[in-house]
Amino acid sequence: MKPFTKIDAKAAPLALSNIDTDQIIPKQFLKTVEREGLARGLFYDFRFDEAGNEKTDFVLNQPAYKDAGVLVAGDNFGCGSSREHAPWALLDFGITCVISTSFADIFYNNCFQNGLLPVVLKAHEVETLMAQARGGNHVVSVDLEAQTVTAPDGEVFGFDIDPARKHKMLNGLDAIGETLQRAADIDVYEGRRALDNPWLERA
Amino acid sequence: MAAKTLYDKIWDAHLVAEQDGETIIYIDLHLIHEVTTPQAFAGLRANGRPVRRPDRTLAVADHNVPTEGQALGAGAVADEEARLQLLTLERNVADNGIEYFPMGDLRNGIVHVVGPEQGRTQPGMTIVCGDSHTSTHGAFGALAQGIGTSEVEHVLATQTLRQAKSKNMRVTIDGTPAPGVGAKDFALAVIGAIGTAGGTGHVIEYAGEAVAALSMEGRMTLCNLTIEAGARAGLVAPDETTFDYMRGRPAAPKGGAWDMALAHWKSFFTDEGAVFDSEIVINAADIAPLVTWGTSPEDVMPITGLVPDPASFATPDKRASAARALDYMGLIAGQPISEAKVDRVFIGSCTNSRIEDLRAAAAVVQKAFLEGRLVAPHVTAMVVPGSGLVKAQAEDEGLDAIFKAAGFDWREPGCSMCLGMNPDRLAPGERCASTSNRNFEGRQGRGGRTHLLSPAMAAAAAIAGHLADVRDFI
Ligand code: SF4
Repeated sequence: MKPFTKIDAKAAPLALSNIDTDQIIPKQFLKTVEREGLARGLFYDFRFDEAGNEKTDFVLNQPAYKDAGVLVAGDNFGCGSSREHAPWALLDFGITCVISTSFADIFYNNCFQNGLLPVVLKAHEVETLMAQARGGNHVVSVDLEAQTVTAPDGEVFGFDIDPARKHKMLNGLDAIGETLQRAADIDVYEGRRALDNPWLERA
Repeated sequence: MAAKTLYDKIWDAHLVAEQDGETIIYIDLHLIHEVTTPQAFAGLRANGRPVRRPDRTLAVADHNVPTEGQALGAGAVADEEARLQLLTLERNVADNGIEYFPMGDLRNGIVHVVGPEQGRTQPGMTIVCGDSHTSTHGAFGALAQGIGTSEVEHVLATQTLRQAKSKNMRVTIDGTPAPGVGAKDFALAVIGAIGTAGGTGHVIEYAGEAVAALSMEGRMTLCNLTIEAGARAGLVAPDETTFDYMRGRPAAPKGGAWDMALAHWKSFFTDEGAVFDSEIVINAADIAPLVTWGTSPEDVMPITGLVPDPASFATPDKRASAARALDYMGLIAGQPISEAKVDRVFIGSCTNSRIEDLRAAAAVVQKAFLEGRLVAPHVTAMVVPGSGLVKAQAEDEGLDAIFKAAGFDWREPGCSMCLGMNPDRLAPGERCASTSNRNFEGRQGRGGRTHLLSPAMAAAAAIAGHLADVRDFI
C-alpha cells in the first residue's frame, strides 16, 4: 500500500448525499480480475451519456476539476455495496482523499486498506470547502500527520482519525503482514476453540 | 459481571489479540463468490501466502451467473468477462482445496441463501463475505459482516479480521402486524425511520414480539436490509425457531455434537439490564405495506401515500437529492404512488428469494388467477429462486406452476436482476417493482427505475400492472 502523508491538490465539489458505490463504480466494471484500470469506470453514469460521450456538466469533466486529487462530497458517502472497486477507481483516477460529513462503514474501512484517506469534517466546514471549490479557488492541503485540512483561503480544519489506522496509512503498512506476526495467538485461539466447539472442526 | 449484549458476547468469544490499538477477531466462516475474490487470491499468490482454513471457507457462483442454461457450466457463459471471473474462481478454489458449489449444482445459489440452507451459518459465529448483505446471517445470532476484497485476502491468509468494536443499537418491534405486512415492511420502516446512515458505526439487534414471531426467512430479510440502514450487522438472538431451522441441515452438528452445540448457542442472548448506545421502538401495527419512491432505500412511503415534495426536506443537500431522485424516477410530487405503472417485476435477490418469499408471492398470484387475472399484458415478470434447492422445493410445492400459469418467467438461481451483472437487467426508463434491496440509480440497469417492496406486493404489482396495495389482493 502506498503511504499517505500530505497532499496539496485541487478539490472537486460533489454536493449530493448518499453517493453509493454503485454510482462510484457501476457493476459492468466489477467483472475485472485486476485492481488497476478502473479510472474509466469512476462515476461512469455521471460522466458519460449512453453513447459514451462525456457529459460536460459533471464536475469531474470540467477543465477546472479534471485533475482533482480531493473530492468533497455530501453525507453518507460510499453507502451500499462492499465493492473495493470504489476506492480502487477513485485512486486510479487520481483522487487520494475524500472529504465528507460522514461515510458508510464498509467504504470507510476499504479506503484504509488502499491508502485513500477519508476525512470527516463538520457540516459547515464541508460547506465552506464546497463553496470555495465551486468558486474555482480550489487547492486544498490535507496533512494526515497533523490531522488538518487547509481550505483554499487558508482556514484550517482539524479532523479525528483512529490512531492505529493513521499509523498504518502514514507508513503504508500491509495489514496481513502485521497480523501474521501474531500467528501464534491465532494458533492458540484455534487450539482452544477446537476443544470448546469441536463440531466446528471437520474431519 | 456486567450485563452484556448479544453483540458483546459474540465479540468477546472471538478475541484473538490486540495489536496497535486494533482488535484481531477470529472468523468462523468465510463465504466467497466470484466477483470480490479474484484480486484477493492474486494477492495471496503474489506474496506466497496459503489459505489458512480452507475448511472454514465456502464458495458459490452467484453474482454473474446467467439464470438459464446453468447446467452447461461456467465455460458456456456467453459474457466473456463473467466467464473469466467464474473460471478464475473455479481455479482458485481448486488450488486451495475450498468447498465450492459450481453453477448448475443444486446446492448453488445466492451466497446468503446457501450458507443458512446448508447449515454452515450457525448461532454465535463470526461470518464474513465480500458482500455487504452478509448482514443476512445475523438472523441466526451470528455476527455477520460484509468486507472488501483486501479484507477477504486478510481472512483467507489469517482467518481473522482487524477491527474496532462497533456500538450497540437495539430496534424493538412490538405488536402484531396487519395482514399483508411482513419482514420486508419492517425493514423498510426501520430504514425510513433512521435513514440510510442511521445505523453507521453500530450493530443492530432486533428484538420484540413481532421479531420473535418471524420465521427464519423473515428474520433473514430483516437482517439483510440492516446494511441499508448503515449498520454493518444485524442480529436476532437464536431461539427455538432458529434451532428448528438448523436441525438436520447438511453441515449442522449431529448426535452428541448437536446437544453440545445447542447448549453453546443458547448462551447467545442479551442479558437483562444490558445497556445499548441507542434504542428504537416501533409498533408493528403502525406499519403499512411500504414501497420506495426514490433512489435511496430510506425513500420509503406507504403504498397509500402521495409522492413527497422535494421542498419538504430539511437540508439543501436532501432537497437536491430528492429532486434528482424524482426526476430520475419519472415521478411527480403529489401523485399517488399507486398510480406508477410498472414495466417489470422482479421477485428474487438475497433479500426475498427463499421458499417463504415465493410462497407469499404465489399465494397472491394464485388468488388472482382463480379470479381470472394474469400478469398485466404490458408487464414482464420474473421469479428467480435464491438457490437450486429453493427452486426444487418450490417446484415440489407446485409454486412454479402457479407463477408460470399467470405469466411469470421462472428462472434458475442467482443474483440476477438485483444488480444486473448478468443479462437480466432493466432498459433505460423501465420501471420495476422489485423485492431486492437497492433502488440506487442504475442498480438494475442503466436508467432503470426500481421500487423496493415485499414479495406479496411485487406479485400484486405484476397483476395490477402498477404499484398496488397487497391488501386488495388477499
Ligand atoms: S442478491 Fe443482490 S444484494 Fe444479494 S448478494 Fe446478490 S447482488 Fe448482492
